[in-house]
Amino acid sequence: MAIEVPVEHVLYLAAALFLLGLMGVLVRRNIIFLLMSLEVMMNAAGLAFVAAGARWGAPDGQIMFMLILALAAAEVAVALGLVLQISRRFETLDIDAASELNG
Amino acid sequence: MTDLLLFWIPAAVALVSTGLVITRRNASHALIYLVVSLLAIAVIFFVLGAPFAAALEVVIYAGAIVVLFLFVVMMLNLGQSSVLRESRWLRPGMWVLPAVLVTALLLVMVYALAGLPDNTTMTKGVMVGPQAVGIELFGPYLLAVELAGFLLLAALVGAYHLGRRYLEERREA
Repeated sequence: MAIEVPVEHVLYLAAALFLLGLMGVLVRRNIIFLLMSLEVMMNAAGLAFVAAGARWGAPDGQIMFMLILALAAAEVAVALGLVLQISRRFETLDIDAASELNG
Repeated sequence: MTDLLLFWIPAAVALVSTGLVITRRNASHALIYLVVSLLAIAVIFFVLGAPFAAALEVVIYAGAIVVLFLFVVMMLNLGQSSVLRESRWLRPGMWVLPAVLVTALLLVMVYALAGLPDNTTMTKGVMVGPQAVGIELFGPYLLAVELAGFLLLAALVGAYHLGRRYLEERREA
């Protein structure tokens, strides 16, 4: 059967993974790496939900994880379309190149 | 004790491979480490008693989302020159300030979590199978399922729109 661990330990892991992803977002300039870091952060949030579900032995945590999964899939599909457009229009993957959003 | 090992071994794998994801210069290498990280988290889901979430993590995250990334990396034809450009963008000094900020946040988080009362914080140790999840999902959470459907449809239309113009102009060129 499933293991019994203190739920704080799982939340430590979720916090550490989330912050690693945040560090990736802060440091990287390549859009593809930014999106990967965002995936890491969303995954860490899902881990926290599953941990909470395991704490109560309830399915709600897994359901919230599935909704996060749908959100991540939608976000990645649109964002990768934008990556293709940016790489074509600016000939680079530098996120700073796409700072011309004015009328 | 065994329980703690069963949790912390995949947790260590996840942390190390996630650290490698954010530091690699080659996008495909980073994606492979991302798969390792996601598989480690799937193992954690499984031992925590969420087998359905573990399966979804492998099938959708590691299977579909990362493969989507790989397709785009292949379409953009990132070669040796992009690795060199990454090295130029990633100077070692750039890591200092984000690392300090993130460590501060982590310390506050650990301090807050360590203050939780002891007797309420063990995980239950029961498997919550797909059947229980499905009954709950299509019962009280039905509205959320519908909203996720709207979101996915909007994303589908958006991704098609953005990608189609890219493909048309490539064909003309």
